[in-house]
Amino acid sequence: MTRLIALAAFVAGSFTATLSASAAETTTFTLDNGLEVVVLEDHRAPVVVNMVWYRAGAADEPPGASGIAHYLEHLLFKGTDDLEPGEFSEVVAANGGTDNAFTSQDTTAYFQRVAADRLGLMMEMEADRMRDLQLDGRDIATERQVILEERNMRVENDPGSLFSEQRNAAQYLNHPYGTPIIGWKHEMESLTLDDALGFYRTYYAPNNAVLVVAGDVEPDNVRALAEEHFGPLEPTEDLPERARPQEPPQTAERRLTYEDPRVAQPYVIRSYLAPERDSGEQERAAALTLLAEVLGGSSQTSVLGRGLQFDKDIAVYTSAYYNGTQYDDTTFGLVVVPSQDVSLQEAEDALDAEIAAFLEDGVDPEQLERIKQQLKASLIYEEDSVQSLANRYGRALTSGLTIEDVEAWPDVLQSVTGEDIVAAARDVFDRDRSVTGWLKAPEGGTPAPETAAQPAPSIAPEVTQ
Amino acid sequence: MIRIALAACLALATALPARAETEVQQVTSPGGIDAWLVEEHSIPFVALELRFRGGSALDPEGKRGAVNLMTATLEEGAADMDAQAFAAAREALAARFSFDAHDDAISVSTRFLTENRDKSVELLRKALVEPRFDEEAVERVRGQVLSNIRSEQTDPNAIARDTWDKLAFGDHPYATDSSGTVDSVTGLTSDDMRTAHDAVLARDRIYVSAVGDITPDELGTLLDNLLGDLPEEGAPLPDEAEYGLDGGVEVVDFDTPQSVIRFGHEGLKRDDPDFLTAYVVNQIFGGSGFESRLMEEVRVERGLTYGIGTALAPYEFAELVLGQSATANARAGETVEVIREEWRRLSEEGVTQDELDAAKKYLTGAYPLRFDGNARIADILVGMQMDDLSPDYIENRNDMVEAITLDEANRVARELYDPEALQFVVVGQPEGLDAVN
Repeated sequence: MTRLIALAAFVAGSFTATLSASAAETTTFTLDNGLEVVVLEDHRAPVVVNMVWYRAGAADEPPGASGIAHYLEHLLFKGTDDLEPGEFSEVVAANGGTDNAFTSQDTTAYFQRVAADRLGLMMEMEADRMRDLQLDGRDIATERQVILEERNMRVENDPGSLFSEQRNAAQYLNHPYGTPIIGWKHEMESLTLDDALGFYRTYYAPNNAVLVVAGDVEPDNVRALAEEHFGPLEPTEDLPERARPQEPPQTAERRLTYEDPRVAQPYVIRSYLAPERDSGEQERAAALTLLAEVLGGSSQTSVLGRGLQFDKDIAVYTSAYYNGTQYDDTTFGLVVVPSQDVSLQEAEDALDAEIAAFLEDGVDPEQLERIKQQLKASLIYEEDSVQSLANRYGRALTSGLTIEDVEAWPDVLQSVTGEDIVAAARDVFDRDRSVTGWLKAPEGGTPAPETAAQPAPSIAPEVTQ
Repeated sequence: MIRIALAACLALATALPARAETEVQQVTSPGGIDAWLVEEHSIPFVALELRFRGGSALDPEGKRGAVNLMTATLEEGAADMDAQAFAAAREALAARFSFDAHDDAISVSTRFLTENRDKSVELLRKALVEPRFDEEAVERVRGQVLSNIRSEQTDPNAIARDTWDKLAFGDHPYATDSSGTVDSVTGLTSDDMRTAHDAVLARDRIYVSAVGDITPDELGTLLDNLLGDLPEEGAPLPDEAEYGLDGGVEVVDFDTPQSVIRFGHEGLKRDDPDFLTAYVVNQIFGGSGFESRLMEEVRVERGLTYGIGTALAPYEFAELVLGQSATANARAGETVEVIREEWRRLSEEGVTQDELDAAKKYLTGAYPLRFDGNARIADILVGMQMDDLSPDYIENRNDMVEAITLDEANRVARELYDPEALQFVVVGQPEGLDAVN
């Protein structure tokens, strides 16, 4: 019924693209109605992961309705014209499978892990709820309580998360990345059925989705099933261009202190606005990815680990983070959890001194070589988990990247030099584009803390159903 | 104690899947070390899992946290290398090692590339057999452990766990967190590390599985090189813990918007003949996924929580049925009441044939899906050995699940779930709890 258009044909002149860096066979094609399909073969076990990724996340929400993308994700389990509320997961379970979903700033994804011979049934149900959601008022109200409890659990009960929300809001002056994925509480409380359905009708469509199927499957079979189940779906004709409000020049450093009596272990985080991976131009993002490894990848051998945990007893934990796989500007972050008698000011000063010294000294070539070896090996280890491969593709394709970009990424990383890394660091470490946050207990309060077993800060990327 | 998440308990509790096509070879090294192996040569690496029975429960009196600190310091310098040299060597080989202390076991999870196998194993051997426990390394890791301990003192989840354990287990090691207290950890020395090392990392309590690009002969040689020089015998295992709770609600006042609720009572040992039946009943009642009674009643019907679940927790020296949930303070009373009512209904009315059939379908269908990756399979296989199961359990397990009758399920539901014994620990500022107290 549907003719297939080979995406790969556009880029490589062949119907099937094989990822050279991976033993897993990768096949891609696009249905007539615009649905992109990626098939990753792994025949070691009779299992398949079926994922539908929408190019719609929290950053695509209309103003005033924060949390609607995630709320809608919950509501997708509440029934369609063919499925009763809860029946989706019930059918998955009756087939021995597990299912879930998650929402991030740039994407909303639904997945099932199930025996490979049940793939058709999973696709049938996913196709059904892509266009035919049917909701009633009672389900809606109860589920709103559930997401509010989810916010209670993830955020209100966790000062580290509350702190993270404040830092993010300060980081983005104009872009919706400054709004939490789960939503601001006061807006979540008044989300409506119309809010949800408006978002749904616009964005849940084959021409705004990527189907990733990974596991013990044959591409021809996947193609036939995808045509059968998703092929008949109508695309959204006037799909809006994906253009969020962008950041103006950031010209003033921001600083904030978040105090909460539940904080027992204070820490300091500095984040800087940073470029993300762009299609066909991933070099800067690759250099920043390696910069994060060089500065904070290993407690024993990274720049911050050596300087603040070994040479000086400043910190019990240090880290640097960067996630380049985003649609718009991302952040580069530095974290210091100070040792017992070290103040946040001393910790921050020591951090700045280490970064300044690093910019002078450059990258230790042996360290860079070890990091590259580990990146190569991680491609091999990653093949052990078909789900993580599926995630790699789904996330990239909903963040403005192409299959070609995904395939090129390992080589782009390997080609980064020490000079590239220092140049990227000099470029990104601009205090005018930074937020420095201190998390601590109020003076005289009981020592307190919270956050979870690890003092690692929540930088927190997504919220699941 | 009880640091393992509920989900992990589930995984430990049932060993593996049904008609999985996993072909397990039982290997004995020339030196006499037993291991289970699945050869999988399509990806050039091996996942090697080691477990040492014992773990943090072997902390000596007054030295709580010794085993945990020792385990966290294994990688911080060994043989001729200090912590940084060791890390640099491991990174250059792109090998991955993780060392974790649990209540009942030390786990060592590793992955290494075929091309670097010998060098990786030699490095791992140094960490296991010749750790240095340098003063400065112990001091540095102690700072990290103390930071975690302090953080947990204001984490409502940790407070709920610690309160439960203290009330349930009196003076047994299980009564306190395996990280130890600020006082006990502050007092630990490098000598304590060496003592703890010899007590727990011994050959008389080791379990091994390997999955990946390696042959039986190669594995045998590897194991003798890796483990041959460990002490022959470790410290005697602790006694059974005496369970000290008899039902009710314990509230820990803590200023936070959402109450954390932990609940349960005594359970079944892993080798109890009713264990698998209880596992199926638990799946219906509070098991994983969205289909359980508790998810239906507490989340779907009433919107009281984001998550609720229960699990059988068969520890080595105690056994529990444990559940956890969280709800806004204002609705804590109602939530406790719903849980209590569901507990009573399960005990008195049992489950239905439809529920049993659905649970069997899910469990038997899901079992083979667990065997889908070298690291996952290695983890399952080593857990099976600790549970004293044989490799043919993988083939037979689904038939055993299928054979469970409604009468058996309901007998076990009646015998196991006791609403009178049901104990709640609630951390927060819960409202409406008087009604159920």
